[in-house]
Amino acid sequence: MKIIDCPVIGPRPAAEFTYGGAVGAPPVEDPTPDQLAEHVFYRAGAPGVLREWWYHRPTGRWFVLERNTATNDILRTVEPEEVAYAIPML
Amino acid sequence: MSLHLLKLGLKGTDDEPRFFPQPGELKSHYDVVIIGGGGHGLACAYYLARDHGIRNVAVLEQGYLGGGNTGRNTTIVRSNYLTPEGVRFYDASLRLFQDLSEDLDINLFYSTRGHYTLAHSDDAMRTMRWRAEVNRHQGVESHVVDRDYVTQAIPGLDPDCGGSQPVMGALYHAPGAVARHDAVAWGYGRAAAARGVELHQKTRVTGIQQSGGRVRGVTTDRGTIECDSVISMVAGSTPIITDMVGLPTPIEIFPLQACVTEPVKPFLNTIVVSGSLHLYLSQSSRGELVMGAAVDPFVLHSTRSTFGFVEGLADNIVDLMPFTSRLRVVRQWAGMSDLTPDFAPIMGTTPLSGFYLDAGWGTWGFKATPISGKTMAETVATGRNHELIEPFRYSRFRDFELVGEKGAASVGH
Repeated sequence: MKIIDCPVIGPRPAAEFTYGGAVGAPPVEDPTPDQLAEHVFYRAGAPGVLREWWYHRPTGRWFVLERNTATNDILRTVEPEEVAYAIPML
Repeated sequence: MSLHLLKLGLKGTDDEPRFFPQPGELKSHYDVVIIGGGGHGLACAYYLARDHGIRNVAVLEQGYLGGGNTGRNTTIVRSNYLTPEGVRFYDASLRLFQDLSEDLDINLFYSTRGHYTLAHSDDAMRTMRWRAEVNRHQGVESHVVDRDYVTQAIPGLDPDCGGSQPVMGALYHAPGAVARHDAVAWGYGRAAAARGVELHQKTRVTGIQQSGGRVRGVTTDRGTIECDSVISMVAGSTPIITDMVGLPTPIEIFPLQACVTEPVKPFLNTIVVSGSLHLYLSQSSRGELVMGAAVDPFVLHSTRSTFGFVEGLADNIVDLMPFTSRLRVVRQWAGMSDLTPDFAPIMGTTPLSGFYLDAGWGTWGFKATPISGKTMAETVATGRNHELIEPFRYSRFRDFELVGEKGAASVGH
């Protein structure tokens, strides 16, 4: 079984994790309709290294992995603080 | 044994006509280059040649014909979708399928079975009623049936599903069918080749040339070609192709797995789907149970299979049909699904003149093979989106006019 290195309690079976999708760029303030569509729908779909949110269910913690989406190799874990951003106030 | 067969046994088959002619070197110019030699690409080539007289066409396939998702799906053909746009499109496809064996002179084993989508909750029943109404409004035969009807119609079914998720009813879709998927690609390929289309296998596209806002040609690992139009019909490889021309898309790739059991006596004459249990199954003409589930839970550009898939599927199928616990799985595989946010395809013209997209086929591509070939051929011939595919246009995300098919396109909801 695939093992994912959880930053909280070490290597755990992949079945314990939930996928949260790619880490997106912050939304821009006062977006044009095009920018809004891009933010909501458009994705980097080609194979390569992707930064993604993963949730470890037993410990209830979200974290970020860098993963090669062609080979499924996990390269490293990233602290959420590195990728987090403040949500713009509307 | 026929005399002809005896002669072949003695002489060998070297002098026999080949199913597909061996193409020579790539020409320096084609009117249309189709990237992807699956069902969609071969169908499009066929309709370009047959209906529009465009015969200077090359189909470029990086592997072998029909070796991608055309040969990896669970062969179901149906039109019981949720949106009027989807129902019209898939119904036109199903009608083409019905006469396709004769058109292509090949036995597609097209078999109308009837299609049950089981509902295990009030919410699911509501969606089934919704789909039935939309379907009938478009002239497609679908209706809601109750639990007793389902129990009688599907042999071996435990209507209580082991007690956890009892079946409450189903959406019954009479025209639901299965077809031999490889033969669809082969039939279209042979008929296209007979009309002058060149089929180049083991030919990988590595770049696309453009200048002045239009497509000029493609680079392949066997040389460069000039062309007026390029159609990308590559399903799971779509983001690689669209990146070559700098066209952003909302497509993400998730593996979709399937498996078959050992063959058993024919007992199941319908197609059974359960959204809540994330599975669908039918019995092939060889007697195998063909089974599939929802897409894998994370993005991956790979066709590897996993034990977790079979384990999860077996858990649910044994609840639904207890006797299947005695069957063994003999084969499993995966394909790469190009999923869109609204579970509808992306088809037709793009901002790059001469570049056409036939993508976003996710888990619903095989059943669209004939109509996507036909509508894309007309779109390329006229330079304007065919009316059936206009709702699926590339710009619909920027127009905020999505075609929400999640409730009917797959089982992962």
